[in-house]
Amino acid sequence: MPHRTFFWFILPTALAMILFIGLPIVSSFFQSLHIENEQVLMEVENCDPFGCTTNVRVDVEATEKIEAENPLGRFNGFGTYTDRNHLAFDEIREAWDNKTSIGEFKDTVLNLPFYKALLFTLTFCFAVTPPVIVLGFIVALSVNTLAKKLKGFIVFGTILPMIVTPLIGSLVLFWMIDSQGIIGASIQILFDDPNLSLKASSNLTWITLIIYGIWHNTPFAFVVFYAALQTVPQDPLEAAFIDGASRFERVRFIVIPHLYPVATFIMLICLMDNFRVFEPIIGFSAEGVAQSLSWMIYQDLRNENKMLFGSAGATSMLTILGIAFLLTPVLIRTWKEFKTER
Amino acid sequence: MNQTINKYSKQIIIVNSIFILFWLTISIFPFIWTLWGSFKVKADFFSRADWTYALSGFNTLIETGATTTIKAYLESWTEGEFGRATMNTMIVTVSVVSISLFLGTLGAYALSRSTFKYTFYILIIALVFRAMPHITLVSGYLFPFFQLNIWGILPTTIIVLVAINQPFTLWLLYSFFKTVPKELDESALIDGCSYFQAFRYIIMPVMWPGVVTAGLFSMMLAYNDFTVTALLLNQHNYTMVPKINAYLGTVEYGGNYMWAVSSVVSATAPLFMIIWFFQRQLISGLTAGAVKG
Amino acid sequence: MKKLIISLLISFASTSVFAGSHSPCGVTSGSINILANEFTTYRIFMDEVKSCAGPDADFNVTHSVDHNKLQVAALSANPAEFSAKLVTNGSITPLMNDGLIRPLDDLVAKYGSNLNDNQKITIDGKIYAVAFMANAQHLWYRESILNDLGISVPSTYEEVIAAAEKIKAAGVMENPYAGAFKSGWNLGQEFVNMYLGHGGEFFKSGSAQPNVNNEKGVAALNVIKKLTELSNPDFLTQDTNAVKEEWESGNVALMHVWNSGAASLLDDEGDQNIKADTRLAPSPTVGGGDKPATTLWWDGIAIATNTSDENAEASFRALVGAASSTDLANNNPNATVWLIKGYTPGDTAGPVVDAASRGTTPYPSFPHMSLMHGALSTELVEFLQGNESAEKALADVEAAYIAKATEQGFL
Repeated sequence: MPHRTFFWFILPTALAMILFIGLPIVSSFFQSLHIENEQVLMEVENCDPFGCTTNVRVDVEATEKIEAENPLGRFNGFGTYTDRNHLAFDEIREAWDNKTSIGEFKDTVLNLPFYKALLFTLTFCFAVTPPVIVLGFIVALSVNTLAKKLKGFIVFGTILPMIVTPLIGSLVLFWMIDSQGIIGASIQILFDDPNLSLKASSNLTWITLIIYGIWHNTPFAFVVFYAALQTVPQDPLEAAFIDGASRFERVRFIVIPHLYPVATFIMLICLMDNFRVFEPIIGFSAEGVAQSLSWMIYQDLRNENKMLFGSAGATSMLTILGIAFLLTPVLIRTWKEFKTER
Repeated sequence: MNQTINKYSKQIIIVNSIFILFWLTISIFPFIWTLWGSFKVKADFFSRADWTYALSGFNTLIETGATTTIKAYLESWTEGEFGRATMNTMIVTVSVVSISLFLGTLGAYALSRSTFKYTFYILIIALVFRAMPHITLVSGYLFPFFQLNIWGILPTTIIVLVAINQPFTLWLLYSFFKTVPKELDESALIDGCSYFQAFRYIIMPVMWPGVVTAGLFSMMLAYNDFTVTALLLNQHNYTMVPKINAYLGTVEYGGNYMWAVSSVVSATAPLFMIIWFFQRQLISGLTAGAVKG
Repeated sequence: MKKLIISLLISFASTSVFAGSHSPCGVTSGSINILANEFTTYRIFMDEVKSCAGPDADFNVTHSVDHNKLQVAALSANPAEFSAKLVTNGSITPLMNDGLIRPLDDLVAKYGSNLNDNQKITIDGKIYAVAFMANAQHLWYRESILNDLGISVPSTYEEVIAAAEKIKAAGVMENPYAGAFKSGWNLGQEFVNMYLGHGGEFFKSGSAQPNVNNEKGVAALNVIKKLTELSNPDFLTQDTNAVKEEWESGNVALMHVWNSGAASLLDDEGDQNIKADTRLAPSPTVGGGDKPATTLWWDGIAIATNTSDENAEASFRALVGAASSTDLANNNPNATVWLIKGYTPGDTAGPVVDAASRGTTPYPSFPHMSLMHGALSTELVEFLQGNESAEKALADVEAAYIAKATEQGFL
C-alpha cells in the first residue's frame, strides 16, 4: 500500500490515539520532571463554628507571582523518580551501607512503597498468568468435547466472570468471603478453624486476590483458546489417530503446537492487564496489605485533596517501562514474524 | 472418520462432565447469589450474623412481611433515576462501538496491507499506549476538558473511550485482516479500484465475523467502564456503573446498598442477553482469524 | 443533662447580627451549578436548595464521590464548570490554596440576615464559606451489655479498653470494640483523632516540617493498637459502613463512628432490639488529656471565583436560603447536627455539641494537611500488623510526607 493511501486510512485512529493517549503520556512525562513552585505560606486568623484559631494558609498572590514567572514549576530532572516514594536510591544506598545481614537489607527495601508495590504487582502477574493459560486451555478442551447442544449454554456460563465490571464482581465476592459470608464461613468449617479470616492476614489476602485474578481472567483465555481449537486442522489428527496415538499424545503433539501462537497472544494481554492490577485491590479493600503500581498512582491522584501529578506521572512512566520490559520477548518474536512475513 | 476420533471413553466423559460442572459453579454462582440476594433487604444479603439469612430472608420477612421484596428495584428505578443512567449507557455503548469499529477497521486494514517497516512500529506504539494506566490518562484530561468546557458531556467520554479502546481493536482486527487473502483485494486493485473502493466492496462484505468480535470487546469496555465515566461525566450524564457506585455512597456516610445490588442485576441482565445472543459470533469471529495473532 | 446540652448548642449558635433584608429564595436570573459529595444529608439539603431556587431557576447539581478530585480542575477553568461547591474544613484548603473560591462578605450582607454568626467561615477577616452542619466521631455503646457487667459509660480510652477487655473476658463478645480502621483515609483519621487527643501537633510551629515521630505519636499508636486487638481481625478492611454492619448484627458493644450515622443506625430497618439498646456518648479523652480524642467537622457552601457575578449571586441565594432554613433543620432534626438558626437539636446531637463545648480541635486545615493524612493512611499498616515498631512507622510517615511535600513546594 502506498504511503499516501496508508496515511489516510490510518489517520482517524492515529489521531484519536495521539490526542487522547500519546499527548497525555508526553505531558505526564514532562510533569514527572518538574515539581511545584515554592508555596508561600502566611499566618492568618480563621474562624469557624468551633471558634477562632491562628492558622497558616497559602499566600495566593505571592504564589501566583512565582507561578507566572515559572508556569511549569521547578525543573527537578529525575529527582521525583529517585525520591523516597519511588526508586529511593538514597534510602537503598543507606540501607546497603548500614546492613547487618542481607535479610535486613531486603526487609528495608521491601518496606519502601515502590518496591513493596512492585513485589506485589510482579507476584500477582506471575501467579495469575500461567494458571489462567493452563486453566483456560483445559476448560476449552473440555468444552470442545461436549455435545453441540450443550455448548452454547456452557460457553455463555464460562465467560460470565469476564463480562462483569471488576468493581462489581469483586464487591460481590468481597461480601461472600467475609468471615460470616457464605464462602468465608464454609472455609472456616472446612479448615475447622472458627477464627480463620481471609481478610485478616496478608498472605491470605494475596491468595484471595490471586484466585480472584484467575477467576476473572480465565474466561478470556478460554474464549480465545476455544476459538482457536476450531481451527485445528483435522488431517494430522486423523493421521495420528490411525497411527495409534493416544488422546494425550494427540493433544501434546498436534493441538498444543497449533495453539502456541495463540498462547503468546493471551500471555501478552494477560501480563499487560495484570501488571496494571488495581480494581480488585479496591474491591477487596486490600490496600493495607497489597499495593500495586496502579494503586500507587490512584493514591497520588485520588486519595488526597491535592493531586500529585508529578509523582503519579513518574509512577506511570515506570509502569510503562515495566510492561515494556515484560513484553520484550513477545515483541522480539512478533518482530521476527513480521520480517519473515514480508 | 471424524466420528471415531471424537468418540470418547466413559471415564473421559465422566471426568469431563464433573470438571465442567465444577467450573460452571465457580463462574456462575456469584451471579445467581446476587440475583437471589437482590430480592432481600440489606440486613439479610449483607448479614454479618449468619449468611443463611440471605437464603431464608429472615430479616426481609420481619421488615416487609414477605421473604422476597422488589423494593430495591422499585426505588432505584424511580427515586434513584436508574432509567436515565440506562439510557446514557446505551448511548455511550452504541456510539463507542460504532466509532471504534469504523476507525479500527480502516486503520487495521491499512496496517495489514502495508509492507513498510513503520506498520510494525505503529503496532508496537499502540501496544505501549495500551500499557498506560487509565487513571493517569483520565486525571490528565481534567484540566484541559474543564478549560475547553467539554467536561461532563457524553461526546467527550465517548471519544475518550474510543481512543482508549483503539489499541486492542487495532490488534484484533489487524490479525483478522491478515487472514483475509490479499489476492481478494489485489485483484480488485488490478481491475482499477482504488484502495478505498477495494475496502468498501471487497473487504467489507467478508469482514463481519472479525468486526463482531472486536465490537463485542469494545462493547464490554464501554459498558463496564468506571474510571473514565466516573470522572468525566456529570451527574445528569452518569452511566450505569458510576451510578451504582454513587448508590454505595461515601466512606463517611453509608449509602443505599440494596439499590446498588438490584442495579447490578439490572445492569448485568442486558449485557448477558447480548452476550448470549452473540456468543456464537464471538467464537466464530475469533476462530476466523483474530486468534492467529 | 440533655437540656444543658441543648441550651449550650443554642447559646453557641444564636448570636446573630441583623445584616440585610433581601429574601434569598426565588432565583430568576443566572444559572446555578453545584458540585457536592454524595450522601443522604447532602441530598436532603440539595432538595431544599432546589426548592429555594424556585421553578424558574436554571438549576443543576452533581453529586460525586470524586468531588475532591474534580474540584480544583473544575473551578480552575474560566468560566468554571461549577458555580458553587459544598466544602468541609478538610476540602476547603486546596480551593483556598489556589484562590478558587471568592470572599462572600457582600453577598452575606445582602442575603445572609438569617445566618448565625458562627455559620460564617472567616479566613483572614473575610467570609469564604457558610457552614450549615457539624459532624464528629464519638462513642456509641450498648446499654444492656454495659449494665449487665456493671460497667459505667467510659469517658477515657483507657476505660474503653478496660470495658472491652471485660466484655471479652466475660465471653459476651469475641471482638467488642469497632472503629473505622480501614487502611487509607479512615486509618489516617483514627490517628489524627488519637494524636490530637494526646495534645500532639502535626507540624513544627509555623512551618510545614512534620512533627509526628515523638512520644505522643507513639502513645497514640499504642492506644490504636490496643483497640484493634479488641476489634474484628478484619479491622484493616472495615470502613464506617462495615463497622455499622457489625453493630447492627450485634457483634459489637462499643464503637467510635460519625454522628451523621445516627439516622441510619437508629432507623426502623434491621434488628430493633439492638437499635433500642444503642446509646450515644461523648468522645472519650485519652492519655490524661482534657480534650476528647476526636475532630470537629463542618460542611458548608462556597462560591467559585471564576464564575460570573450573576451566577455567583444566583447560586449563593439558593444555597444560603437552604442554609438558613429553619424548616429544613427542624423537619430533619436527626439527619445531622444543623448549625441553622432556630434549630432544635434532635436526640442524637448531644455528643457533637459536647465535643464542641469541650474545646475539641477541629480537623486541621493546614494547606499541607492532606499530604500528612495521605502519608498516615498508608504507612501505619505495618505497625498494626505487628511487622514494625511504632517509631519506625512514624519515621516512615515523616519520610513519605517529606517526599510529597517537597514535590508540592511546601518544603
